[in-house]
Parts: sequence; structure tokens; C-alpha cells
Amino acid sequence: MSARDQILGAVRRSLKRAAGDGAEETVSARLAEHPRGPVPARAQLPHKEQVALFQEQAEAVQTTVDRLADLSEVPKAVSAYLSSQNLPQSLRVAPDGRLGALPWQAEAPLLEVSTGPARSDDATSLTPVFAAVAETGTLMLRSGPESPVTLNFLPETHIAVVFASQIVGSYEDAWQRFREAGNDSRLPRTVNFITGPSRTGDIEQTILFGAHGPKRLHLLLIDDVP
Amino acid sequence: MDSTAHAFKDNAHKALGDDQLQEALGNLRHGFTQRRAQARDQLPEFDALRDAARDIKNHTLAHLDLYLERYESKVSEQGGKVHWCATAEDARRTILDICRSVDAKLVTKGKSMVAEEIGLNDYLEANGVTPAETDLGEYIIQLRNEPPSHIIAPAVHLTKAQVEADFRKNHSELPPERSLVEPEALVQEARTMLRQKYLDADVGITGANFLIAETGSSIIVTNEGNGDLTQCLPKVHIVIASLEKVVPTLEDVSIILRVLARSGTGQEFTAYTTFSTGPKREGDLDGPDEYHVVLLDNGRSAMLGSEYQDVLRCIRCGACMNHCPVYHAVGGHAYGWVYPGPIGAVLTPSLIGVEEAGHLPNASTFCGRCEAVCPMRIPLPKMMRHWREKEFERNLTPTAARSGLKLWAFFAKRPALYAMLNRFNARLLRALGGRKGSLRSLPLASGWTDHRDFPAPQGKSFQELWAKRQNGSGATPRTPGA
Repeated sequence: MSARDQILGAVRRSLKRAAGDGAEETVSARLAEHPRGPVPARAQLPHKEQVALFQEQAEAVQTTVDRLADLSEVPKAVSAYLSSQNLPQSLRVAPDGRLGALPWQAEAPLLEVSTGPARSDDATSLTPVFAAVAETGTLMLRSGPESPVTLNFLPETHIAVVFASQIVGSYEDAWQRFREAGNDSRLPRTVNFITGPSRTGDIEQTILFGAHGPKRLHLLLIDDVP
Repeated sequence: MDSTAHAFKDNAHKALGDDQLQEALGNLRHGFTQRRAQARDQLPEFDALRDAARDIKNHTLAHLDLYLERYESKVSEQGGKVHWCATAEDARRTILDICRSVDAKLVTKGKSMVAEEIGLNDYLEANGVTPAETDLGEYIIQLRNEPPSHIIAPAVHLTKAQVEADFRKNHSELPPERSLVEPEALVQEARTMLRQKYLDADVGITGANFLIAETGSSIIVTNEGNGDLTQCLPKVHIVIASLEKVVPTLEDVSIILRVLARSGTGQEFTAYTTFSTGPKREGDLDGPDEYHVVLLDNGRSAMLGSEYQDVLRCIRCGACMNHCPVYHAVGGHAYGWVYPGPIGAVLTPSLIGVEEAGHLPNASTFCGRCEAVCPMRIPLPKMMRHWREKEFERNLTPTAARSGLKLWAFFAKRPALYAMLNRFNARLLRALGGRKGSLRSLPLASGWTDHRDFPAPQGKSFQELWAKRQNGSGATPRTPGA
């Protein structure tokens, strides 16, 4: 008998479920319908308040947020942020169409911009996000050719572009957008929920930043919702 | 991992006399409990979410075979492979075989309690594969060749000074005059030391907080980002998970995630929650070429349908030990196996036998805080009591304890004698306590008096005080309208 049959057999013997009790149907229905449980009230606000809550929650976990009126302001904002933090003017950008098409040369001539997955010596990355969740100030990133995962973890500084229209109330709302975007329940290799920069409390419970992932998480929040 | 659970009493005795351990435990007693209370207060729906989380796991466990089948077929659909392992030995061998198939020399590891349970590191090392722990706490204890003492804070038993000394000893290639006074310097040093390992590793091994039947995903919940670097840089990602980790859907896991971090570290959400599904896809510029899930039973299928089934709801948040007066006093190592605290007191006898771990369910004051804070509402004290009963039935209780209980039963069945003896004892102890009101030593009570004075009774037995309260002045009115 294979280990698989042995284990499943042991589970079935322990559960003592009667045959024909509708268990198969129950399971199929739950997976197909994926019902929601209780969603906190704070995640069910009107959109404008969701944007405010998102920013508040993100800042509460040491994410910094810079609000911009338009995507075209991103190159200038990145350059200014790097200067303000005394960081090198160098940026690894995700191979994302919209980010690649920005006027980097014209708006941020000092910034050295390259594109691709993160290399071990890249200091700062710029990525898109798929959605952002107001209830805990969480980013949702979806891996793919346009959003390599290494950019989220290897560099010391991670900058992400978030459109206000991408902000939803709850995790469930984010998954709903994900399903509606044609993914159904097929996930890419990774979906990353990111809530603030890397941290550890492993030495005497003192919270310290940049344990392995980014020390800084900076958001450029584009107000694209009138 | 080898167990010393049978030596709990000796372990605990040593722990109480270990000044450095006691200093480190001092940090634990308040931090986690206060932060959990704050997180709970900030979310009015917290208790409703706990109920929902409990119901999700109960439903899943009742249909576990079916959800595991669905999970496996989804993993395969996405290009991954599930390896079913009945025992720790099967899991170790499976992991080694995968490592050998890619000629792996160096393996990076994210934190995994199941990997501790199967003693993976020693096994890999003995077979020529070097495991490198990457979680800061796990890295520190690997340098010290110690097991974790807490399920979410593995190095919580150590002080900063001890960590500094370990780093100086092990990182001998770094300048000895460097300053490591600031804890930031220690974190930076570990970051630098581990960076190259992520890049050099052939295989990355992580645990899983959850498996999702709907999508075939494994989830890790972390704060450092080490688990993510561990799984996105090497050619092969191995997930090791026990079979009760499965939940049905993305919506279901959203509910449980809301109570996990709040209960454990007291965070609203951890920095990283990562859903991994299969290997690198077409067009992906990074990620592993292979994705394996080592699915471990190791005694869990036998717990289903038993009086211990509820413990399989556990999501390993650590709240029970964070709130346990016994854990606060002796720390995690005293429990002698992988899972310390109240969860260990129930799980350890189930997984390695009550003969070995019978002391653990006795290491409880039955104060009930563990159950009160458990996000999955696991009735831990009730299950410890089940183990105590089993221990007694199987004649594993020591002779002294059995005779003591018999003696107590003799008096308990003779109330007048019992009350008289109690009155006598209370007065005797009061007299012995003298003006100080406490005793430095007491026959048969050295377990207490070796470490602290025994407070002497005030002179009256509980029964006398109760009778007075019922009849005398200041008592609760007994007749309606009085």
C-alpha cells in the first residue's frame, strides 16, 4: 500500500464518517462557493475612508507614504525620497509596462535606472502592486514576468506604486478582485501580502527593522480616484 | 528530536535556578500578553472571528481526507508534487532524496516546528547536507546547538549578552574590536552573514502555517522575510507540513490569519504572509524550478476522532505559552521536546507517548489562561486532565503520588475528620510561620520551598472561613428581600 493510501485510510478510519453522507458534496460546494466569514466593520467603509485607513494602518507599521496626484510624478518622487534618506540614486524597476514607460530620463536625470529581477547588490527596488488592503495597511503583490518576487525581498529599500483605486477594505475584497481579474482560484507562483518593512523581535523582544528583507518600505500613493 | 520530557522535574528545577534564563523570561512575562490584549481591544470582532476560526478548522478536520485529496490534486495541477509521509523517518528520507537529486550541499531553512519534530537538521548534516537556519532566532540557537524554547520566538530564553557572546565566538572572521552593544548591530551582522547563504543554497526548506485545498498553496507567516528569500532564490523549494494544516479556501484562511498574529505577537498582521503555489511559471524571472510538499502524519491521523482531536485545530501562535505561569517560570526547554507550554503538555504525550511525557500534563496550575486566550478555543486544561486520567489508569503515576492520593481520599470520605485535620493544620502552620507569616522549609514541600518561602495560613481553615461567611455578619443575604 502506498503511503498516501495508508495515511488517507488512517484518517478515514479515525473519522468514522458513514458512506453516502453527502461529505463529498459538502466539500465541493464549499470550495466552489468559498463563502465569507465575519469581516471586521473597519474593512467596510466608503472608499475615501478606506484610502485614509489604509494610509493610517500602513504608517502604524512603519511604512512611509507619499501621496502623488499623477503617475508621471513617480520619477521625481523616487529621486527625492532617495536623497532624503541619503541613499544612492540607483533603482531596479520591475519589468512592468506602466513603470517602464515613465519619463525617468527627463524627470530624474541623476537616477540610474535598470530593469529586471533583483540582483544581490541592488539597493532599491520599485514595484507595482496588485491591490492594497485597508484593514491592516497591507500590500498584495502577484508574482509574474512583470513583478519578480526577488524585488520585494532582496533590496534594503522597497518602493511600491499603489493607486488609490487598488485599495480595498478587506483581505476577502482583495481575493475577490483577484478572482474577478480572471485568475479564479489559480494562483501565480507567489502572492505576497506585505505589511511594513522586515522586522524581528528575536533578541529580547525588541523590535528591530531589516532583519533579512527590506529595512524601508515606501509607498507612492497615486490619487487616481476623483 | 530526542526527548527529555521524562526529566521534566529535574529540567524545571534547573531552570528555576538559572539566573540568565530567569532574566530572559522576565522579558516574556509582560511583552506578549500586553500586546495581545491591545490587539484584541482594537478589533471588536475578535471573539466572533475566534468562533469562526474554530468552526472552519472543525469542519476541515471532519472532512480531512477529502480536503487533502483536493489539495494534492491542485498542487499537481500547478506543477508541484506532494510526498505523503507516515512517519518522521519517512519525511527525513524523502527530504534527503530530493536534496540528493539535485546534488545539494547547502540548504537554507525558514523556521519550521515540524522540521524540529522530525529532527531534520541533524539528519541532513549526518548525510553530508549542510542546513543553514535563516530565521534570526533559529540562527542563534543553531550556533548554540540548542532546540527552540518557544514556537514563535525560538531564542526567547537568551539575553542580548548571550547572543553577543555567541556571535563573537562564531563569527571569528570579523574584527574582534567591533561594537555589538546595540541590538541593531547584532541584526545587521546576522543579515550580512546569511546573505551569501541564500544566494549559494541549492535547496530552500520552509514550513507552512496553512495549506489551501482550493488553490494548492502553502502559506508562511513571518516578519523577517527570511522564509521568502529561502524559497525564491534556490532551484528547489521544499515545504514541510503536517496534514492538519489544510484549510478549505482563501476566504477561510483570511479569517484565521486575523486571529493568528494578534494572538501570538500581538501584531495586527505580520510583515509577510506569503502564498506559494507550485514552481516558477513560464515567463517568471525568478523562483524555484521545483516545488515539493512533504506532508507528514506522524501520529496525527490517530488523534482524529479521539478526545484529543481539538488540539489539531492549533495554529501554533504561541499564546498559550505566552500566558502560562508554568512556562513563565521554567521556560520552554524544561518541557523536553519540540512543543513547550500548554500546547506541548497536550500534544507531546499524543505524539511521543504518555510514558515519556506524562509529567507535562501535570505541569499545570489549571488556571485556564491558555484556553481563555487560545484563538482556536482549544480546551487545553480539559485535555491535560484526560492525560492525567490516562496516566493514572495505566499505573504510570509514581507510588508516592498514588499513596498521597489514597491518603487524601481516606480523609475526603470522612468530612468531620477532614475538617478537624484542616483546622489543626492551619493553626500549626500559622504557629510555625511566626511573625513573618511564612515558612522557609516544610516537610514534603521542598519543591516549593527550595525556590521561595511558603506563605503560612492565617490560622483558620477554608471551611471555617466559609462557614463564617455564610452565617456571620457581612455574608451575602440568603433570604430574598432581606
